[in-house]
Amino acid sequence: MKYYDKLIFDLSKEGRQGYSLPVNKWESTVSELPAGLLRADVPALPQVSELDVVRHYTNLSQMNFGVDSGFYPLGSCTMKYNPKINEEIAANPVFAGLHPLQPAETVQGALRLYKDLAAALSAITGMAEFTLDPFAGAHGELTGLMVIRQYHIARGDLKRTKIIVPDSAHGTNPASAAVCGLDIVQVKSNAMGLVDVEDLKPLLDDTIAGIMMTNPNTLGLFEKDIKEIAALVHACGGLLYYDGANMNPLMGVVRPGDMGFDVLHLNLHKTFSTPHGGGGPGSGPVGVAAHLASHLPVPKVMEAEDGTLYIADGTCRCASSPEGSGAFGPACSCAPECKCGCQACGQISGFMGNFGVLLRAYTYILMLGKQNIKKVGPLAVLGANYIKESLKDVYKLPIPTVCKHEFVFDGLADQSTGVTTLDVAKRLLDYGFHAPTIYFPLLFHQSIMIEPTETESKETLDEFIEVMRKLAREALESPEYFKEAPHNTPVGRLDETTAARQPILRYKDLV
Amino acid sequence: MSKTLEGLYYSESHEWVKVEGNVAIIGITDFAQHAMGDLSYVDMPEVDDELEKGEEFGAVESVKAASDLYSPVSGTVIEINEELEDAPELLNQDAFANWIVKVEMSDPSELEALMDAAAYEAMCANE
Repeated sequence: MKYYDKLIFDLSKEGRQGYSLPVNKWESTVSELPAGLLRADVPALPQVSELDVVRHYTNLSQMNFGVDSGFYPLGSCTMKYNPKINEEIAANPVFAGLHPLQPAETVQGALRLYKDLAAALSAITGMAEFTLDPFAGAHGELTGLMVIRQYHIARGDLKRTKIIVPDSAHGTNPASAAVCGLDIVQVKSNAMGLVDVEDLKPLLDDTIAGIMMTNPNTLGLFEKDIKEIAALVHACGGLLYYDGANMNPLMGVVRPGDMGFDVLHLNLHKTFSTPHGGGGPGSGPVGVAAHLASHLPVPKVMEAEDGTLYIADGTCRCASSPEGSGAFGPACSCAPECKCGCQACGQISGFMGNFGVLLRAYTYILMLGKQNIKKVGPLAVLGANYIKESLKDVYKLPIPTVCKHEFVFDGLADQSTGVTTLDVAKRLLDYGFHAPTIYFPLLFHQSIMIEPTETESKETLDEFIEVMRKLAREALESPEYFKEAPHNTPVGRLDETTAARQPILRYKDLV
Repeated sequence: MSKTLEGLYYSESHEWVKVEGNVAIIGITDFAQHAMGDLSYVDMPEVDDELEKGEEFGAVESVKAASDLYSPVSGTVIEINEELEDAPELLNQDAFANWIVKVEMSDPSELEALMDAAAYEAMCANE
């Protein structure tokens, strides 16, 4: 790999241009702008040729690592291969050329696809209805929690301000709950890494809005008490939220809706093979049980009696509501058959989410079909268990049991030379693998979380296992060299602390 | 190995308390700074804020993690350590020499529920 770390500003040469702008015919309008809004100088943009730009970004792209360049076992991120047919479909001009402000009657096909994808996700998860609007997983979490909050508010049950989150949860769970204005209560894990039902029971009362759970959890373990937990939480009047980050092993096998979950989000960029990392963009659809459907956010794609699709923006159009009651009519008693979205929890996106990503996920589902989608989970589980069993003598396995799609080691089995999980992650880069997730979950001090996904061959898994075993030997034989890794990457260990304390965010601040 | 100081009170959430009259001087322990790694930010309350025992009053952030701070006592914030705003690394350099907040205690008997150095060390050994 050729080392390249230039900024495009470094290439700038006074007067060089890649494109000639036409003469500005509207110069006169500039004088109508208030002086305070006008620049005194021309902006300091890089002056480069087209070839400069092409080479610059091509060189930068070669410094990158992605699923297309190698194995990427980043736990809880489900870095599966993104099939190229997804890109082909999404690039089709009939979709790519759509404008978000086109009238609904001119985009019936796209709206139908939105409804069909929502129906497919309903079938896979056992939820009654979906919104595909959220732009990412955490955005989906916030949306789902807004639905839960709206459900309690609509019933006049205003005491429910607390949400229960397990200590093994993804960090986004408490963060999303805090953004939603809920207070977070933690429930502990038991020795087997599962939610401790006895610790949960005393937390349940009439101030609980719900519980957020990931199943299988972040240790890759199935929460086998889920039916009992669902019964307990429902009995106290709370709802169950399912964090779909770990949906991959269950797809087509078990449905969160059947476990008793009321609300969930999915990560299309994890489970449904759309690009992940490098900014995605992501997509975090939210599914709900039937009794919550009217609280899904706007804009909503809805079907009229004659089969045409329209977009409900939340403006109350119910016959029973007073004239001109405006958006989100809290006084309206139309729910749950609401056809205008006036019972929605709010608006969470300008348009219908990341439509290009929805197209990719829909393509993925149709390419697999009903039969093959069931194979995804078992293969992902098989791969994870294969790696776990092949390495558990040289890495510490804190909970020795069958895992689902991922598992967690607590560092090297022999830590006598002081080689840490961070060192293992760095040294792995030298061998051309992306590092697994490290120091998460927080239940252990040296967590290494590995998720291979179903798309990797046995040969790749074997290669990874061999390198991991080699690392365990190296850690004992040459710990000093190990701790200075990586040695073969363009840059070594970066000074992340100074970067966080004194970030340089602009080229101007660098020179 | 993390150190502790005799004569201080310790909480389960890794804060230390030094008592001067009716004022509780609060910081994070050496064990805590060690676990967090190089700190990049300290979030502090404002002077005159009322704190309940066990209430979150700020946070420390490092590249690796963010962790809330919980008040070991109830009372009113009378001073915050403004030096930490620009130099969070002071907590890494010496966690006991650099306090975070000073609280005028409303119920000094709450101190009795906290640990001494030996008990705290024993707790950390189990973490």
